[in-house]
Amino acid sequence: MTVVKAESGEGPGKGPAEGDAHDPYVPSRRRIERERHKRSRARRATTIAALSTLVTGVLLYLVVVNAPGWPRAKETFFNARYAREAFPKVLEGLWLNVRLLLVCGAAVLVLGMLIAVARTLRGPVFFPLRALAAAYTDFFRGLPLIINLMIVVLGVPALRLQGITVDPVLLGGTALTLTYSAYVAEVFRAGIESVHPSQRAAARSLGLSNRQALRYVVLPQAVRRQVPPLLNDLVSLQKDTGLVSIGGAVDAVRAADIIVGRSLNYTPYIVAGLVFVALTIPMTRFTDWVTARMDRRQAQGGTI
Amino acid sequence: MSRATTDSAAPVLRMEAVRKTFGSSVVLRDVDLEVAPHTVTALIGASGSGKSTLLRCANLLEEIDDGAIWLDDEEITDPRTDQDAVRRRIGVVFQAYNLFPHMTVMENITLAPRRVHGMDRGEAQARARELLDRLGLGAKADEYPDRLSGGQQQRAAIVRALAVRPRLLLLDEVTAALDPELVGEVLGVVRDLKDDGMTMVLATHEMGFARDVADQVCFLDGGVVLERGTAEEIFGEPREERTRRFLRRIVEAGRL
Repeated sequence: MTVVKAESGEGPGKGPAEGDAHDPYVPSRRRIERERHKRSRARRATTIAALSTLVTGVLLYLVVVNAPGWPRAKETFFNARYAREAFPKVLEGLWLNVRLLLVCGAAVLVLGMLIAVARTLRGPVFFPLRALAAAYTDFFRGLPLIINLMIVVLGVPALRLQGITVDPVLLGGTALTLTYSAYVAEVFRAGIESVHPSQRAAARSLGLSNRQALRYVVLPQAVRRQVPPLLNDLVSLQKDTGLVSIGGAVDAVRAADIIVGRSLNYTPYIVAGLVFVALTIPMTRFTDWVTARMDRRQAQGGTI
Repeated sequence: MSRATTDSAAPVLRMEAVRKTFGSSVVLRDVDLEVAPHTVTALIGASGSGKSTLLRCANLLEEIDDGAIWLDDEEITDPRTDQDAVRRRIGVVFQAYNLFPHMTVMENITLAPRRVHGMDRGEAQARARELLDRLGLGAKADEYPDRLSGGQQQRAAIVRALAVRPRLLLLDEVTAALDPELVGEVLGVVRDLKDDGMTMVLATHEMGFARDVADQVCFLDGGVVLERGTAEEIFGEPREERTRRFLRRIVEAGRL
């Protein structure tokens, strides 16, 4: 796939003098010759690329199809019947993953921001808050997510506490939020620290209080700068919503699991996997687009 | 000190025996300064002589180690002072402009009037427009700082500092980051402000400008005010050998 970047002619300055209606410019023979040569070279390059791709594709196909065990692999992983059976159930399950992503994503952004701000607070009163926030990020960034999930989803219901839910979806979402808030807090903190001290000095010189300087000058710049890594963490959270299935919640992964358990055919896992991939690709492309757009906006003119 | 004693009005800014160190290096030692209302004080001296630090101390961006600073007879170095309230009365223009890159010029200018001084949006914008027009930036209100030239950015920064009607304006080498042909437009603005009666303290390497505009010139050397006087005194007949040597070097470099 070729990605063609549209170059928008930004800036008020006039482009090269070409579009001028009164310019009696006629391309010279030299230029026409040069451009013809460039075109023929481009055509040859395209032909070679197409041929080469075709040959590689055929070779790969032959290698795979003639590999020992391919018929069995095809039957176990790529069985059309099971794929058709699994697909609607997996999609139904995926709706749960999407809802988890939306709710957890919002909770993670809020909690992460609170923790990051808590770590930058000054003054002796806030010492315990600073220490707690630091301990939180250290702990939950180190704790494997799967252990966190097992403790919360499987361990908490074992306590039989009154008024505490045993719903695996709520508990799983809580565990995801706990871990991801720690990551996102670090992303925000890095952003806050990347804003040059002169910006804070300028804000304070205008009479803004420490809190106002943070709110109006530091945080907006920090958040903007951290959009790409934040979206990256959201993509990661999106796949990890599949882990709530360990508690028995019927999401896309569990829906596939149920069919696999019954049929001993692994095609439904492949289907569920591909559905997740299909869901993350737009997110990743969106991340790339946002990053590129920000780079353009921050650019100080000029094309390099 | 002759000028301050003959001036009947109380000084806007007064520093007494100010000392400031960074680790083991003493950046300011025993600095006295008086700035009378509606006057311009120029701080001159080599790089590292303490000019910028003196300005940052006056604005409480740096905490002084000893001595005291008064703003309109209020001791602002008293630990009980409300530092935000002090900064509200002092405008600062930085060498590197320090405009907020995520805000338009208009938003940069109206931030403090609205959030700190509680002015409503319309009033703040009207005031900003008036100042922008006066400084020739009327067409740039809705641009982001990155789209402006250095001279325009610095003028926008001056408008931002003026928008809160400061009692005192501190200018820290405001032309040092500018291309030579842009220096003039910024210095012209400072000259206009002087004519309007703004009290200013400026650290500068532009000696010709300092001679034209300053009522009081202080030569800083190694963290002390080695010599002070009117512009004619300092540039015409400096008493100290070191001042003479500094000015000679400046003349040789073609900057006076």
